[in-house]
Amino acid sequence: MNRHLISTADLSRDDALLILDTAEELAQLADRPIRKLPTLRGRTVVNLFYEDSTRTRISFEAAAKRLSADVINFSAKGSSVAKGESLKDTALTLEAMGADAVVIRHGASGAPHRLAGWVRGSVVNAGDGAHEHPTQALLDAFTMRRRLGRLEGLRVTIVGDVLHSRVARSNVRLLHTLGAEVMLVAPPTLLPVAVGGWPCEVSYDLDAALPKADVIMMLRVQQERMNAAYFPTVREYSRRYGLDSGRMAQLPEHAIVMHPGPMNRGVEIAADVADSVRSTIVEQVGNGVSVRMAVLYLLLGGSEAQR
Amino acid sequence: MHALDPAGGDAGSGTQAGVDTAPPGTKTVLGAAEIRRALTRIAHEILERTDGAADVMLLGIPTRGVPLAHRLADRLSQAEHGLVPAGSLDVTMHRDDLRLRPARTLGHTEVPSAGIDGRIVVLVDDVLYSGRTVRAALDALVDLGRPRAVQLAVLVDRGHRELPIRADYVGKNLPTSQREVVRVLLEETDGQDAVLLSENGGGA
Repeated sequence: MNRHLISTADLSRDDALLILDTAEELAQLADRPIRKLPTLRGRTVVNLFYEDSTRTRISFEAAAKRLSADVINFSAKGSSVAKGESLKDTALTLEAMGADAVVIRHGASGAPHRLAGWVRGSVVNAGDGAHEHPTQALLDAFTMRRRLGRLEGLRVTIVGDVLHSRVARSNVRLLHTLGAEVMLVAPPTLLPVAVGGWPCEVSYDLDAALPKADVIMMLRVQQERMNAAYFPTVREYSRRYGLDSGRMAQLPEHAIVMHPGPMNRGVEIAADVADSVRSTIVEQVGNGVSVRMAVLYLLLGGSEAQR
Repeated sequence: MHALDPAGGDAGSGTQAGVDTAPPGTKTVLGAAEIRRALTRIAHEILERTDGAADVMLLGIPTRGVPLAHRLADRLSQAEHGLVPAGSLDVTMHRDDLRLRPARTLGHTEVPSAGIDGRIVVLVDDVLYSGRTVRAALDALVDLGRPRAVQLAVLVDRGHRELPIRADYVGKNLPTSQREVVRVLLEETDGQDAVLLSENGGGA
């Protein structure tokens, strides 16, 4: 394992499997009377969030607390950042406070990478711009493996706003590393220019992709980033790329429906699909804590010299 | 750990695996028959001490404590015609030496569905040495529930305790120097049953 977790591209197959296997053991903790382990006692984890986030921040906070680490939450709103402090000065402040790990979400791609050069502790990327969100990809892979028993050869179809999606980017890389076959389905305007170089197939036709998919992952239509008219109307998008019960019926019997959340019910996913037994959306949240515990344990649990 | 693992065991189809890969100066302290007899004796001691093992649950400490726990459970179940549950208890997250080494891979914890509350839990490990693993196991156990009593069974007690811990059931007391290395090989994990004693660890 590297000292930091910044991109899924840095993870070898063995690293990724180690994280998933560790998460599998840690998932048992949820069923125990005492959901806490003493492993990271005396270590400090800082959640540095420059963008709004509920589930990721809470998930990291729960993961760190279950491992007995001290957690400091730092959000850009109402902090020194609002007064104009630079990322580097913030990083040096955290460093002086003795942070062993910094979990960062930032609107700019590459911010975690820069941060890693400034602090002594481990840096965990919790989403940077349209770049990566590695723990989300890990928890998605974990959920697929739990539900379907394997990742090797699994056909995963990712649908929606790939252009703005760090989740899609991280998932394509990680799933490729783990031996799954990924297909991206989106309107041409919502695919990045360089998508041809990614290790996946690309299609514009959702209906054709459905019967072959073991997993279908719906991406959120990021309305806050939809300022450039990527599609004519939300309704048209929903008709062509939304997952409703009719389309769900086209999926193979065993296929599961995933969504990284938060959902726009009625836009990319219909309410009855989101609430169906084949949807893993709530499960993904629970699995997120186990996976993030595994990441924090593997980054912080060992000797300092090794890090 | 890795020196003796898969290659030798598989290629030599189990017969000479230990001898092939072990460094010179290794001697076999217990053979398969002696291990079998030691476990049978421990099983009977457990029956005596716990009045027929009615509330007993065996929890093996990974890696090699787990097959030992299952073997003991089989013997207890045969002797008393009742099923004695066995499982495993990983202690990695509770160890006191985590910061001395890179993060370790976790073992598997599997507590039988009956739960440990009110039971007599017998922890099972292959070698008792510093006692630190057992201390970690006691901590791990507290997080799972409240057993009526906790006892400890080990195949080999090699001395050199660093904590006030002793075993209730011992397969063999093996006086060693701290420079020596004790390795337990089991059919389930290594393809053969043996306890080996070597000088200074060789490749380990």
